[in-house]
Amino acid sequence: MALLEIRNVTRRFGDFVAVDNVSLNIEAGEFFTLLGPSGCGKTTILRMIAGFDLPDAGQIFLDGRDLADTPPEKRPLHTVFQSYALFPHMSVAQNIAFPLKMARRPQAEAQKMLHEVLEQVHLADKADAYPHELSGGQKQRVALARGLVNRPRLLLLDEPLGALDAKLREEMQIELINLQKDVGVTFVFVTHAQVEALALSHRIAVMEAGRVAQVDEPSKLYGFPQSRFVADFIGHINMLQAQVVESAHGHTRLAIAGLGEVIASLHSGVTAGAKCTFAIRPEQVRIGTHGEVSELKNHFPGTVHNFLYRGDVTVYKVQMENGLLIEALLPNAAPGRAELYEVGDAVRVGWRHDAGVLLHE
Amino acid sequence: MRRGPWLWAAALAVYAFLYLPLVIVIVYSFNDSRLNAEWVGFTWHWYEVLLHDEDMLLAAGNSLFIALVSSSIATVLGTMAGIAMQRYNLRLLSFMVLTPVAMPEVLLGVSLLLFFIQVLNLTLGMISIILAHITFSIGFVAVIVRARLAGMDDSIFEAARDLGATPWQTFRHVTFPLILPGVVAGWLMAFTLSIDDFVITFFTAGVGVSTLPLRIYSMIKIAVTPEVNAVSTILMLLTLTMILLATRFAPDVLKGKA
Repeated sequence: MALLEIRNVTRRFGDFVAVDNVSLNIEAGEFFTLLGPSGCGKTTILRMIAGFDLPDAGQIFLDGRDLADTPPEKRPLHTVFQSYALFPHMSVAQNIAFPLKMARRPQAEAQKMLHEVLEQVHLADKADAYPHELSGGQKQRVALARGLVNRPRLLLLDEPLGALDAKLREEMQIELINLQKDVGVTFVFVTHAQVEALALSHRIAVMEAGRVAQVDEPSKLYGFPQSRFVADFIGHINMLQAQVVESAHGHTRLAIAGLGEVIASLHSGVTAGAKCTFAIRPEQVRIGTHGEVSELKNHFPGTVHNFLYRGDVTVYKVQMENGLLIEALLPNAAPGRAELYEVGDAVRVGWRHDAGVLLHE
Repeated sequence: MRRGPWLWAAALAVYAFLYLPLVIVIVYSFNDSRLNAEWVGFTWHWYEVLLHDEDMLLAAGNSLFIALVSSSIATVLGTMAGIAMQRYNLRLLSFMVLTPVAMPEVLLGVSLLLFFIQVLNLTLGMISIILAHITFSIGFVAVIVRARLAGMDDSIFEAARDLGATPWQTFRHVTFPLILPGVVAGWLMAFTLSIDDFVITFFTAGVGVSTLPLRIYSMIKIAVTPEVNAVSTILMLLTLTMILLATRFAPDVLKGKA
């Protein structure tokens, strides 16, 4: 049985359907992420799990028990808020000990739990400090410690890294992964940052306009998106209008407008003549002037339209003969900048026959 | 920005306009003469007279009692109103709580008088004054408490619930400690308003009970004696202290955020 089961949950605000018949199962020990653009309903789901909001239809079960009549303070789960929501009139230790005090843990046990969690989040020396004396990262750790100290069944995290700068964010991501592994508490994480979701999660539910678009492991979600929305929302992708020519003999042949015929891996369930989208990640696209690109099953001539040098990689946009733009990502691993193309250079663009996915509408 | 001499002159004129009358009252309360006409010499005489004026002392006692009781009750009710106004964001609620603040005092006084006599059938006296004072003080307390809450992150109250606190525990451990400065400032404000209120008290006092402002008024109907100056000076000091204390507890009040 799943630790948390969301069954056919719907939540409306007036005419706006914030959450539309969502069902999800979250397993014990999982790092589960709700990912989607703002307004997709992910925070509303979190608030309903926490008990700050109630579903208009459907149920939420924790350990098989319906939570409908359980007020927030009686639910064995805690939330880490986006704004951290530390109590400004309490010290770090008092903040973290708050849930222990509310749960009436015996003094000695509470002290032990407090010190344990202070060590875990590296804040032992800040126990007597007040929230306004802490940096963003430290506040973040206090909020995490406060959420974890009473060993909840579930920890809900609402965009907790949103307020941190990029460098600190990356550090906290690693800390979060390690912390979750150490304490073994199930995390339900809400974010709109797809990179963060991919880095942290065991499984991700991508949300679109109140519905779950796809639930999968990060690599599956990235490699095999099932809809245009998911493909587009997670990372960058080239989406090309295609029509199936033939799907047999171990591969699928596609006719792509403005490009020509493309060989893709076999997709069952597609019939000749069907319209679809061929989606391919920029890092799967090769660019070259001769040799290796021409050896690939799919290769087409084009000219470099523009490029963005990003340090570790360079993103090229290549214009094909019929005006179609294809994005390719080339690592700059060699010293200096290897394979430098200038705007206007004639190049060949190619990819393996097993690269890319077919998306049906 | 460079401030020219004209700006300084204008500022000085405004301050003089505001404070000169008060200074004159204070100065003449130490004047060794029955008349407020010319300075004769320094004396504590009028304060001694005040100490032996039974009626005046009784009125002062009444004023203190009314101020203490009405401001305390108004603080409890106003705090609840302020929290409700912040939490539920109901226009009607804010409107209803704040109307008595903006209402002309004469109007409020007359309505309360009619209400007490014709609807409640109440004999005018201490109780009616206290009720009237509570009525006009609630709004002030509510505004100050709300201003205090408005600057806070709402999610801390949700966080308290989330971490296992019942609504009452959330109030006791989180909300109340955080709004306490506002509550104290509101109480001080209500106390100040009550102790020097004349108009509404005048309508709701009836014949039996007198307060300090009513007593002063009845004295100056005959003549402004230096004794009035003395009692005014004391009242002024008390009010000033209260206001200073209130602004210390809730600096927003002075900045006009309330």
